[in-house]
Amino acid sequence: MAKSTVFFKNKPRICSTFTIAGPKEGNSLFGKYIHEILKDDRFDEDTFEKAECKMLSYCIEQTIKSANKKQTDINALISGDLLNQIISASFAARNFDFPYIGVYNACSTFSEALSLSAVLVDGGYMKNVVAATGSHFATAERQYRYPLELGSTRPPQSQWTVTGAGGALITDKGSYPKIISATFGKVVDFGITDANNMGAAMAPACCDTLLTLLKETDTSPKDYDLILTGDLGALGSRLMKKLAKERGVNIDNHCDCGEMIYNLKEEEYQGGSGAGCSAVVFSSYIYKKLMKKEIKRMILLATGALLSSLSSQQGESIPGISHAVVVEA
Amino acid sequence: MTTKNNQNYNKEYIEYVKKIAPKTNEARSLFHAFLVGGFICLIGQFIRYLFLYTFGLFGDELAGATSMALIFIGCVLTGFGVYDNIGHFAGGGSIVPITGFANSVCSPAMEFKSEGFVYGLASKMFVVAGPIIVYGVSASVLTGLIYYFIGIFTA
Repeated sequence: MAKSTVFFKNKPRICSTFTIAGPKEGNSLFGKYIHEILKDDRFDEDTFEKAECKMLSYCIEQTIKSANKKQTDINALISGDLLNQIISASFAARNFDFPYIGVYNACSTFSEALSLSAVLVDGGYMKNVVAATGSHFATAERQYRYPLELGSTRPPQSQWTVTGAGGALITDKGSYPKIISATFGKVVDFGITDANNMGAAMAPACCDTLLTLLKETDTSPKDYDLILTGDLGALGSRLMKKLAKERGVNIDNHCDCGEMIYNLKEEEYQGGSGAGCSAVVFSSYIYKKLMKKEIKRMILLATGALLSSLSSQQGESIPGISHAVVVEA
Repeated sequence: MTTKNNQNYNKEYIEYVKKIAPKTNEARSLFHAFLVGGFICLIGQFIRYLFLYTFGLFGDELAGATSMALIFIGCVLTGFGVYDNIGHFAGGGSIVPITGFANSVCSPAMEFKSEGFVYGLASKMFVVAGPIIVYGVSASVLTGLIYYFIGIFTA
């Protein structure tokens, strides 16, 4: 069978990262690791969509700056977000004078962007590629669910979209964390139709990609310090581990960005989600750990639920996807 | 392709998810709804008495004025961003009374104002309340017809 893992011979490096997040995320456990916390989630803009775009744009700018590079050094930007026609990423890209590759895989966009950047850099086609994704609670809520001020209750299996953006600059050399391989995931759909239960919809796809990765790289979960999933949430993580166990793989070094990002209060229930979720956690806390070599080898598996509000209204089930990258300190 | 024809449809998994998914604490939700819903009605009754004894309103005028006052309060609380917090606590308790209806009209109006007054605010205003109006009116017409015919046959 054809392989879905790409092994990088030249091991592209992640030479800098930058994260920006809203006030709610700033109060979370990761708050002190996030580079910039907004006081107001409107970011001095008149609409939330503009705020999301500005966040992403600012994040890209600072990612480049913190690597001590100039915008003229950048070959391309690979970016995406959750809004229809990925407007935040595309509108952010108009502020920059380098090519833009827009990608969408819902909340797994960050690992998709990282993988594609690594492919371009490893092949020697490009030297510096920025991968950045973001999401905003207010814009996602309005697109997928109800108006913000509507006094409705959230079901207990739901998640909370992260307001934030994270970016990483992938380059060809230097002593930085290295991207060893990327495993592109298949779309897996087990027939979950509840749009509030995205963890359950994504868990099978996540498990599928993880098992493929372990098989094709001939490794076991013990070979990694950390298996970091994107936004399965508490319920989804449990389901993913159960599915893996059924297929004979025990995972006990697993963490989920969504599950960790909020101080578990009732409002967020299963934890965070969104394209910004894994981007913010990985590019802040996890990247710092990689730089200090406290994490030596890890898998980042951002997960995405490929639904639209239209498809769920038509009763369609929710396909899940997950792309994985293996990063070494 | 619907869910049921989907070749990936995994019955076992879906059932397992149903089993372990957290359930809404119904007893607590009902209690909260009772508390807040009851309190809103209490306020309504208070306003009713106020209009009755201070302004001397009666009948339909009194009912209309009371509803209007409650709708106004619902909208103001929505505008100040308080009503959604009440809703998180109360669930059905703050959705069912007329203040909840006011909230469901007012909140999309606020939210979609960014797309302009015509295509945003006005056209999206009834995005939540629309179905309630459509089926509410239809049901009342149906009920009216039933009453009418019962009246003819029993007269």
